[in-house]
Amino acid sequence: MRFIQEFRSSELAKGLISRIHQKSKTQARFMEFCGGHTVTIFRYGIRQVLPKTLEMLSGPGCPVCVTANVDLDKAIALAQIPDVIITTFGDMLKVPGSHSSLQEVNASGADIRMVYSTMDALNLAEENPTKSVVFIGIGFETTAPIIAASILQAEERRIRNYYILSMHKLCPPVIRAILESGEVKLHGLICPGHVSAIIGSHPWEFIARDYGISCVISGFEPIDVLQCVDMLVAQIESGQSKVEIAYRRGVHPEGNQQALKLMKQVFEPCPAQWRGIGEVPDSSLKLKKEYQHFDAELAFDIDPGPTYEPVGCICGDILRGVKTPLDCSLFGKDCTPQYPIGPCMVSSEGSCSAYYLYGEGFEG
Amino acid sequence: MCLAIPALIKLIEDKEAEAEIGGITRRISLWLTPEAKVGDYVLVHTGYAINILDEEEAKETLRLLLEIAELAEEQS
Amino acid sequence: MLAHGSGGKLAHELVESSFLKALANPLLAKLDDSAVFNFSGRLAFTTDSYVVSPIFFPGGDIGKLAVCGTVNDLAMSGAKPLYLSLSFIIEEGLPQGELSQVVDSIQKAAQEAGVEIVTGDTKVVHRGSADKLFINTAGVGIIPEGVDISGNNARSGDKVILSGAIGDHGIAVLSRREGLSFSTQLESDCAPLGGLVADMLAASSNIHSLRDPTRGGLATTLNELAKQSRVSIRIEEEKVLVRDEVLAACEMLGFDPLYVANEGKLVAIVPPEDTDKVLKVMRENHYGKEAAIIGEVRAEHPGRVVMKTCLGSSRIIDMLVGDILPRIC
Repeated sequence: MRFIQEFRSSELAKGLISRIHQKSKTQARFMEFCGGHTVTIFRYGIRQVLPKTLEMLSGPGCPVCVTANVDLDKAIALAQIPDVIITTFGDMLKVPGSHSSLQEVNASGADIRMVYSTMDALNLAEENPTKSVVFIGIGFETTAPIIAASILQAEERRIRNYYILSMHKLCPPVIRAILESGEVKLHGLICPGHVSAIIGSHPWEFIARDYGISCVISGFEPIDVLQCVDMLVAQIESGQSKVEIAYRRGVHPEGNQQALKLMKQVFEPCPAQWRGIGEVPDSSLKLKKEYQHFDAELAFDIDPGPTYEPVGCICGDILRGVKTPLDCSLFGKDCTPQYPIGPCMVSSEGSCSAYYLYGEGFEG
Repeated sequence: MCLAIPALIKLIEDKEAEAEIGGITRRISLWLTPEAKVGDYVLVHTGYAINILDEEEAKETLRLLLEIAELAEEQS
Repeated sequence: MLAHGSGGKLAHELVESSFLKALANPLLAKLDDSAVFNFSGRLAFTTDSYVVSPIFFPGGDIGKLAVCGTVNDLAMSGAKPLYLSLSFIIEEGLPQGELSQVVDSIQKAAQEAGVEIVTGDTKVVHRGSADKLFINTAGVGIIPEGVDISGNNARSGDKVILSGAIGDHGIAVLSRREGLSFSTQLESDCAPLGGLVADMLAASSNIHSLRDPTRGGLATTLNELAKQSRVSIRIEEEKVLVRDEVLAACEMLGFDPLYVANEGKLVAIVPPEDTDKVLKVMRENHYGKEAAIIGEVRAEHPGRVVMKTCLGSSRIIDMLVGDILPRIC
């Protein structure tokens, strides 16, 4: 068992595809919340193999895309403070804030290091005791416990020059906000597999219960996504709405208790600005009082200046599932992966980038 | 989007482990999965094991999917 | 350690001790301001700069890369590579031992490729003005009679041959990058392909296009060919060989292997009637053992590259934009 190739089998795919075609009678609209699912769906051309009865929408599950300019500007301002080393996942480097991006300020002298893990950032802090190492904490519930663990590790290793800029986002609250707005009518939700590996399946139950939407937690291989769609179709055709787990090898209903414990030990919920969605209560995490000495926002005097949003960009509407990239007048003309205007084009898991790169709308 | 990949634990030292991912090796942290053992497959996100993969569940899923595939084959 | 501005006698000693001995050949030994030689026939002439970081990586170093890269650029126009120039820009503080190691690799690679380093230059710059070592090269080669290879020549119906597994170089280099470090037995595929191309040309004088998928990977090379020849290219995902280690590293960092660099692979566009002959000689060559047909050229939708996925659906393959960056959170 390698847990990857087995779930890319064309034989298994054929079986699922034919079953979905047989079963699906009712017109239904599904949203994949997670950008990882968006990538799988486009990379394997999954929309093309589904029956016409099913409409797929991409959701706001790309941490880079939903980060508001006001937060990006803070990271960019921090990078320009002398003796600060910014450590970040590669995802954030190219994203334009109001005036600049991390990559641009790096080119003009700011010390920005791309890392794979907070483990690497902690080592860097240890190796550079005269500098301040700030980790840009983006990501959902999957990543937040890791950042929490890094803070506890810093304490244990007595690393005093490690800070985080917390821009974490929580998934269930933003889905509630989108559904509450009533702008988009959904019948099924493909729930994020790795977020659920941490939080379990229970936090999604309100979606099935309060909004009558079928929910299935999916893994990220093409077979996983097809299996998830098959299970959603089964629920729809039998008039059910409940939370099921298709990704059983990776997700337990109760989630990862140790991870949740660390997250609660270090962080507490706070409101957050989401791009295109606005302020959502309890949808982010800030450091608890006893860990505030790790908070970059408190440790440094950050002046990001005034915030600007790009003119004409409809990333916000796209993130809410109200519009698709093809509705945007900038898409593919003024806004391309080479010269991106909005974050959904910058991030390779953003809807605009996926539409552009994988040629959505093209008939093979 | 929380990229996480399956990795096999080869060696555990305190709260860290050597893990193998299809022929590459990397040090990972077990802070979130203290119960992980050598020989377990874990899901690794940004260098941390976020869960232990359930091999039995994976086999069961594949068995189920194979049945679906065989059924579809018969019908066509 | 090499210090900046050590001109005159010191520079002379550096050239003597590091380069002349290792790279000995009559043209270089003259130490005139330029190399002088006779030439007849059609000439291929290329230049490139090498700034790889780190300068040593599994399966090679910046020296081997500079020779192979230049030789391969010549070979991809069907030329037999002959002479190279090398210019070293050295950051002060580079240990003499590391430089010697690079020069040694250059010598080995040049010998294997059957080329001579006939002229060169060395500059030592202030710390921070370069990253350890940069190498600029130029190369010349002779194109045999009757050979007409160009990115413009792909025709509808032609087959697309790939000489082996993709992504080895990019991942091998990445495994040594600060902040991403992981360990692997995987080595860069860095290799001179002049011999492979000579074998292919001996088997068929009708090869339409050759290109080495370096920076930007296979996806970018196929797009260049499709755009230049105003054709479309259709490939099949299951035909493109990717090693386990490359796949694993790509999964870990969120990369697509189609965009990862190669330094010892080539793509050949060959008319269908010559495909078997070409494939046969490629597989007999050490650098083409795993050669396979991965797709074909079509007339419709000029400029487009399409890949059939393992699900039987199709998707467009675009060029690489900028650098590939990990996307993980």
